Amino acid sequence: MKRIISILIENKPGALARVVGLFHQRGYNIETLNVGPVFDGSYSRMTVTTRGSENDVEQITKQINKIIDVIKVSDLTEGEHHEYEFIMVKFKHNEKIQKILKKLNGRIHEKNKHAIVMSAWSTSSDIEIAIKAIGKANLFEIVRSGSIGLHEGEKVLKI
Amino acid sequence: MKLSGGDLLLRALKEEGVKFIFGYPGGAALHIYDSIFKQKACDHILVRHEQGATHAADGYSRATGKPGVALVTSGPGATNAITGLATAYMDSIPLVVISGQVQSHLIGTDSFQETDMIGISRPIVKHSFIVQNTQDIPRIIQEAFHIATTGRPGPVVIDIPKDKTDPSKLYEYKKPKEVSLRSYQPRVLPHPGQIKKACKNILSAERPVIYAGGGVILGNAHKELMALNKLLKAPVTNTLMGLGVYPAKDKYFMGMLGMHGTYQANMAMHNADVIIAIGARFDDRITNTPSLFAPNARIIHIDVDPASISKIINADIPIVGQVKESLNALIKEIKRSKIKIDTEALESWNQQIAQWREKHGLDHELYLKKNKSQMILPQVVVQELYHATNGNAWVTSDVGQHQMFVAQYYHFNKPRRWVNSGGLGTMGFGLPAAMGVKLAFPKDEVVCVTGEGSIQMCIQELSTCLQYNLPIKIININNEALGMVRQWQDMNYGGRHSASTYSDSLPNFVKLAESYGHIGMKVTKKEDLKKTLDKAFSMKDRLVFVDVYVDPNEHVYPMLVAPNGSMKDMWIKKNIKA
Repeated sequence: MKRIISILIENKPGALARVVGLFHQRGYNIETLNVGPVFDGSYSRMTVTTRGSENDVEQITKQINKIIDVIKVSDLTEGEHHEYEFIMVKFKHNEKIQKILKKLNGRIHEKNKHAIVMSAWSTSSDIEIAIKAIGKANLFEIVRSGSIGLHEGEKVLKI
Repeated sequence: MKLSGGDLLLRALKEEGVKFIFGYPGGAALHIYDSIFKQKACDHILVRHEQGATHAADGYSRATGKPGVALVTSGPGATNAITGLATAYMDSIPLVVISGQVQSHLIGTDSFQETDMIGISRPIVKHSFIVQNTQDIPRIIQEAFHIATTGRPGPVVIDIPKDKTDPSKLYEYKKPKEVSLRSYQPRVLPHPGQIKKACKNILSAERPVIYAGGGVILGNAHKELMALNKLLKAPVTNTLMGLGVYPAKDKYFMGMLGMHGTYQANMAMHNADVIIAIGARFDDRITNTPSLFAPNARIIHIDVDPASISKIINADIPIVGQVKESLNALIKEIKRSKIKIDTEALESWNQQIAQWREKHGLDHELYLKKNKSQMILPQVVVQELYHATNGNAWVTSDVGQHQMFVAQYYHFNKPRRWVNSGGLGTMGFGLPAAMGVKLAFPKDEVVCVTGEGSIQMCIQELSTCLQYNLPIKIININNEALGMVRQWQDMNYGGRHSASTYSDSLPNFVKLAESYGHIGMKVTKKEDLKKTLDKAFSMKDRLVFVDVYVDPNEHVYPMLVAPNGSMKDMWIKKNIKA
């Protein structure tokens, strides 16, 4: 089962490597990874998606929690949550692709005789479906932000 | 007064109470070595290989409970320290390892003796620091010691680029009054509700077992463990790492459990209705096949590290907390509880264990028995050693059959007396670890029990022992083969001894010891064993290397049957399954 793990961590050199290394070390795979500074910039918020059973995820979150630089860890998939992913796509003029992306909050950023550059965002399952529908023909490149997410309601990740 | 980075470091180490630094100099560490020369608070012990430095610091820590300190240079100095770091990490030993690094502006340029120590050591340290500003050195040292010694202890690396210890750049010595890390709060107290649940289960148990590991030693909770079992009178087993935390002479002690544990300890675990796991982590060398583990037991698991709980075996009652506080809370709760222990059930459980012991228990009087073979049994060497040292020695070991024989036959009655690499199983650990122990306790008898395979992995430290006058006794149980490898080859590979023998090319250990300036003794005959050991131990101020040739065909038993076995499935003797 797909899991979304949210991590609040010190924004220090090497901190990201400690989290990423741990997944490999403990035999788990990272599917997507997103990270950026938050609050006063001395913290980073990471979102990692992975696959595993409940036991696996319990073990992963416990192990991540042991990393000295990690402040909080939470499995978003444990409860109700919001989750989105942002993509950018460069493709040859093509009505079908434009239509698909428009449905996912799509925006055109560049249009010239060679290509169109668009962005879009939606839940990662919608994004997955869209990517399949776009297919390989006419597609130059695609980049994904990886999932980001928050707990629903009052639950938050902070000190 | 303003100080250089090196002087800041040495002052910070002094303030942490560091007595010994085990190390080896080199280019990137030379400024630090100059600072060492100028001070008196910390003694530097010059080892002969950086692996020896980390193991010696580790041995010192295991014996004293204080953090061990090692200092190495960049590049090969740092990589040579890796095995020692991994050894300490697996057994949760607090170490602070300081590595020199190339100058900041050279980092990333593949400069001479450059290696990414932080990257290489990342998976085998509790935490690591790289010094970016010299004035941070005192704070970093303080944080490193705090992290290494609190919560579940472990090794910490501090990588210091050479320019950060430049003697011409001076700074004020400043550090916070106390450590405050917003991302690290290691002190956890047990949940009262969980303690209540545990108490209820323990008191209504008919077949309880206390399974105590190295965490009880690390948490300095041996007295609390004793106090708990004064109330419970339950059978107790210790892991390899836990030996000594519960006195071996106590009538409720069943010996070690697991792969080479005693028959009664393994049978008791398998048949228990409540297992009280304390500071132990259900290692694969304990549980055998996890799905077949203790089928009828409720598991109470006390550990300071929540990640250890329900990792291998699901805990019915997890208790996350310091061992000492948790045991104290449990004792209080038991005293307060109205539930009466079923003494009748417990009595018959203890009788059952006595029967198991009678049936297949270890023979602790092998040394008194006559048999026709002229060969010395390795088990007898350990039994004679036990008597020659009145059971009072600090014993370090390497890894393999000899290690298991010590665990089985040397009865440890005090915690910390048994120093071995349990988790990583590092050959070469024993001799440098013994140096650390001997420096901590110079008046006590320190013995390194080793094998002719292991000892050759760190043999160079014999030179260190001469330089610092460390009269350790080395008992080399020599079977002219990598004994444990050979045992597995005998049992699982049709006796094909692939790359496990070298009898035609072993060194003359007596001459080797002598060339390092020590005493060497060789024993090949049974009748010479006791008197040679007595003679060796009478030489108080000399390192004596006793090379004892033993029966190479001996195997370590019991041995859990694998794969697909449970804890009740054991080889008791060659070709005999229980």
